[in-house]
Amino acid sequence: MPLLEVQQVHTYYGNIQALKGVSLKVEKGEIVTLIGSNGAGKTTTLRTIAGVLRPRKGTVRMGDRDLTKVPANEIVRLGVAHSPEGRRIFSRMSVKENLEMGAYARTDPPAELAKDFERVYELFPRLKERLTQRAGTLSGGEQQMLAIGRALMARPTVLLLDEPSMGLAPVLVELVFKTIQDINAQGMTVLLVEQNAHMALSIAHRGYVLQTGRIVLSDSAKNLAENEMVRKAYLGEE
Amino acid sequence: MIGITNGAFIALIALGYTLVYGIIELINFAHGDLFMLGTFVCLSTLTLLGFSTEVGTTGTPWFALLLAMLAAMIFCGLLNVLAERIAYRPLRRAPRLAPLISAIGVSFIFVNIGLFWQGPTPRRFPDLLPQYDFMSQLFGFTTLIRFTFKDLFVLALAIPLMLGLAWVIRSTRMGKAMRAVAQDSEMAQQMGIDVNRVIAFTFLLGGVLAGAASLMYGLYNNNTVFTLGFTAGLKAFTAAVLGGIGNVNGAALGGFVLGLLSALTVTYAGGQWENVGVFSLLVIILVFKPTGLLGQETGEKA
Repeated sequence: MPLLEVQQVHTYYGNIQALKGVSLKVEKGEIVTLIGSNGAGKTTTLRTIAGVLRPRKGTVRMGDRDLTKVPANEIVRLGVAHSPEGRRIFSRMSVKENLEMGAYARTDPPAELAKDFERVYELFPRLKERLTQRAGTLSGGEQQMLAIGRALMARPTVLLLDEPSMGLAPVLVELVFKTIQDINAQGMTVLLVEQNAHMALSIAHRGYVLQTGRIVLSDSAKNLAENEMVRKAYLGEE
Repeated sequence: MIGITNGAFIALIALGYTLVYGIIELINFAHGDLFMLGTFVCLSTLTLLGFSTEVGTTGTPWFALLLAMLAAMIFCGLLNVLAERIAYRPLRRAPRLAPLISAIGVSFIFVNIGLFWQGPTPRRFPDLLPQYDFMSQLFGFTTLIRFTFKDLFVLALAIPLMLGLAWVIRSTRMGKAMRAVAQDSEMAQQMGIDVNRVIAFTFLLGGVLAGAASLMYGLYNNNTVFTLGFTAGLKAFTAAVLGGIGNVNGAALGGFVLGLLSALTVTYAGGQWENVGVFSLLVIILVFKPTGLLGQETGEKA
């Protein structure tokens, strides 16, 4: 059974239908990427899984639970952490407090929390240097690290990453993607939404292509990267 | 000193406005009237305990005062939570004007409860604190500046309450959740925070502070009336705006600045100029620094 399974999800913004029956699966230990152009519904899909948006039809299964029936603030307790588009860190709180907020739902002993703080500092040494700094004063790259670190502090079973490369210099994009691979190598399952299809397909195991609210292609990342349509539409090749 | 002491009540009420505004961007028009009902709860509690409106001759009944304050704090706290649950929460996703109008409605309801409860005429509040002026009796000064036992009483209650609030917001789990909700409630929810509970807690805190302020006000000014909420509320709201609405330190600072300024205007220009002084300052601050003295630059959220 897949770890996370989205089945025939229809999500609306008011009367506008953003998702027209999206289905996808994420298996344990995978990096799965969702690519597509602006407005295709990538972020909407993640927000539906995270419970920010509620679908009109369809289910989001995590184990034996249907996340569409779980209150939004309980979803993180079922093992889904969300690093959203635009990072949305708590800019007036310190870096340390942001990480603490990530662990808000945790009830395990402080020693276990300490382990995760250490893990995040190891992944992002820059954050450790800036623990008492207000998060709003971090650079874009550091804010992205903080957003990922905050999500990891929940010790999730699935990490939802929305556009982690957005607004970052190429060298930082490399670093962030390398880190995602490292996190995955340590056993984290990742569902990655990206505009930068090239980078996303280079680290993912499998991928889905989303077009105007529908999945139009799904294959291994390698096959997608070689697919004619994908190359033309999303990898900018002629 | 009367300025600083008045500033302390204003600051406590202003905190209630600013806490609520900070978290759901609602100007809670009923907050001043909640404070008014608090003074009535104090009055009724004291009457019930046998301390009528006559000047106390048998010393200060500290226990009765404590009971009255606790009663007002609990009453105002819970009433504020109830108002949020009934009148504001159902409108959370409505356009911003809707909860605002709902708040004005709650304000009318409170005023009329007050009118029904204690009648239209001002009520005398028992004068239970010692008349003692430290300045003249301890140091022999007889200037305009006085520092009476009443001033000490108010400050000795108000300042620890404010420091306590600051501690709650800075260091407790609930306080951190409050700040997270204030900055980005959707992300706060993603962290596992029950946003409704945090908002209810914020109303509770604001109400509790208004309740505490109501006892201080009653004992200091020895009267109360059902329209008190309007004037007190307007001043406190002004203080909150002055300090930067949504900013907790700003509300406290704004309260003291406003109290001092109104005392200075009354002393040097006459009582009829009090509101002119206060609101002129407000206009000046808003023209030159629209976010208030300690206001956040709004671009930060993005």
